[in-house]
Amino acid sequence: MLGKLTLSSIPYDVPILVGTFIGVAVIGIAVLAAVTYFKKWGYLWREWLTTVDHKKLAIMYVVLGLVMLVRGFADALMMRTQLALAYAGNPGYLPPHHYDQVFSAHGTIMIFFMAMVMMQALFNFVVPLQIGARDVAFPLINSISFYMTLVSAILINISLFIGEFSNVGWLGYPPISELQFNPGVGVDYYIWSVQISGIGTLLTGMNFLTTIIKLRAPGMKWMHIPVFTWTAFFACVMILTTFPVLTVSMALLALDRYLGMHFFTNDGGGSVMLYLNLIWSWGHPEVYILILPAFGVFSEIAATFSGKPLFGYATMVIATGIITFLGSIVWVHHFFTMGAGADVNTFFGIMTMFIAVPTGVKIFNWLFTMYKGRVRFEGPMHWIVGFMITFSIGGMTGVMMAMPAADWVVHNSLFLVAHFHNVIIGGVFFGYVAGLSYWFPKAFGYKMRDVWGKWAFRFWFVGFYLSFIPLYAVGLEGMTRRMNHYDNPNWHPWLLVACVGVFVLAAGLACQVIQFVLAAFDAVNKKPDALDLTGDNWGSGRTLEWSLPSPVPHYNFARLPVIRGLDTFHIEKELGRPAPVSELEPIHMPKYSAVGPMLGACGLLIGFALVWHIWWAVIVGLVVAFFTIVHRSANLDVDFYVTVEEIRADEEAFARRLAAAKAAE
Amino acid sequence: MSGNHTTSHEGENHGSYGSYIVGFILAVVLTVASFATVLSKAFSFWQTIAILGVLAAVQMVVHLIFFLHMGTKSLSQRQNLAAFIVTALMVLIVVAGYLFVLWDAQANMMAG
Repeated sequence: MLGKLTLSSIPYDVPILVGTFIGVAVIGIAVLAAVTYFKKWGYLWREWLTTVDHKKLAIMYVVLGLVMLVRGFADALMMRTQLALAYAGNPGYLPPHHYDQVFSAHGTIMIFFMAMVMMQALFNFVVPLQIGARDVAFPLINSISFYMTLVSAILINISLFIGEFSNVGWLGYPPISELQFNPGVGVDYYIWSVQISGIGTLLTGMNFLTTIIKLRAPGMKWMHIPVFTWTAFFACVMILTTFPVLTVSMALLALDRYLGMHFFTNDGGGSVMLYLNLIWSWGHPEVYILILPAFGVFSEIAATFSGKPLFGYATMVIATGIITFLGSIVWVHHFFTMGAGADVNTFFGIMTMFIAVPTGVKIFNWLFTMYKGRVRFEGPMHWIVGFMITFSIGGMTGVMMAMPAADWVVHNSLFLVAHFHNVIIGGVFFGYVAGLSYWFPKAFGYKMRDVWGKWAFRFWFVGFYLSFIPLYAVGLEGMTRRMNHYDNPNWHPWLLVACVGVFVLAAGLACQVIQFVLAAFDAVNKKPDALDLTGDNWGSGRTLEWSLPSPVPHYNFARLPVIRGLDTFHIEKELGRPAPVSELEPIHMPKYSAVGPMLGACGLLIGFALVWHIWWAVIVGLVVAFFTIVHRSANLDVDFYVTVEEIRADEEAFARRLAAAKAAE
Repeated sequence: MSGNHTTSHEGENHGSYGSYIVGFILAVVLTVASFATVLSKAFSFWQTIAILGVLAAVQMVVHLIFFLHMGTKSLSQRQNLAAFIVTALMVLIVVAGYLFVLWDAQANMMAG
């Protein structure tokens, strides 16, 4: 009846997990009780859970991303403290099997459920507003994307309390991920949560590519598209070309494990190296999928806070395109040690080094944007300066490892771990946090308290160097990654420093949480100076989203904007060329729908049932999902019109706020 | 969904009666030619394989132009063509790249 699932699958004998479970249960019950007490279930369902509004989905993505950030960060804390303790005979507090699950979960969560989630949050919030669209091309599919991401995140967290998680690293290399060496359900949890979230990401890529190509406001030529949207465009192209590869490699691994096939086994004609090629020809473009939107965020912020147009807009777009192409022909640099000859390694090494060229172009573009500008060092600007320093160092160690000969020395060492954290924290994470603080007032109509953002930055910046520069050092001394304990006295002091560093990072994370809590507090108390009255919160916004009131009305644009060049809002505002005012018309919008949550529930059921071999539940999930889609396809009542009266009322309210802002000056 | 209610078909090309007929005849001719090449036994084994390869490639182009409406005339045709070229390029990179890498590893590691 329940497949492989028995009572003994629940790890009630592991004190850390029991403690975590109690903590999660208490918080969960408290949240549910609060929602019930304040009678918010109806509101939550009608306004949020069934929404197809890209701005609300963006906020839900951010919440999910932040929760998963805390979860992944807890894993990081555990790993660093374990390595600070587990020295010279001391086994530490994490037994190897548990430790292996912790580092696998850390990597999987941070990439798939933190970074990808934050990236989709930014796509959702920013892209339609920047190109003058009223929603994405397929609003319902957008909601389905979110639910696929959400349920796969839930699935990976279920593995914490029912069964176990994968213990083979974030990419699940065979042969150790094969059934023969890994008979538990850990790898199955990994496979199905990655598969389900992959469906969501693929749909997002398709949706936003279509949106950018088809729904740009009248007059917006390709070279009028704001840089963030350009980077989203190229990231979507990469999602569409590479995520199917991930789906296939996971499917083949699942066939090996479930049906006894031999794609990647040692015997029966399988090839482990085929898996490495497959997973990295997705995995390398994946890191560019993550970093390009961060580059886009930096481009927007650099221009806004320097009071200048972005330096070298066209080169920025071209460089993004070149990175997109080069990013797909460098995958072998992740396994130079596989035993290929000099010709293969030379080709992929040189291609890897080439990527430094367009990336360098971008760094110089941001520097020249700031050069002779009136730079204002507000919160978001801190992150970009920290990014340029940190990312340059990470880029240089990357070029070091692009040399196959050097890579043979540091392959799979903590030097590598330090390198990719250097570019992912210093690039992706700093970028997404900067974007979050940059667009927060646009999303909520309230400003965050900048001082906490600045402190968050200081802790993250210092904490990053404390945590990861020691890892470069021990990596060069030969310490391999994923090591549970060691007895080399040279490594111990470095790892103690790294452990201090991770607590500094924790302080940064705490500042960010405080910043959000205080912003919510200000919003509830309607603190007057926290209000963003004008919609152009930073005073120097250049792109279309800053022309709208904050928070943005659900139909985005009362009148579709007419684009007359790059940085349209700047043209209207500074050059005194306001857009012509046309008559208001009813706006055609999609209705909210329960299809997303329904399909999400089916996805969760199917994923969980597949992990535990509960075949009847898989069939139930598939049948319900099928009929949900059929029912939706036959439903013609899916849209409505926003009345002119409502739009006019919003317009008048915004005019009053603008007048109030003017009076306050 | 943008402000526009009806789905727009501007700039799209769904082909004409004539173009479908031309495409159909070309497809039939190419198919018959493939069968004839094999059944006539007029060529050696490798010649047959080569001819079939060429005919299949031409067949694909015929389908793309006449049935999937790729081309350079209208905006939507150009978009389809661009999407197709990107996809083809990625498949080429992956297939050629894997053959290059795995063949080389096989040769150097003396595996199997």
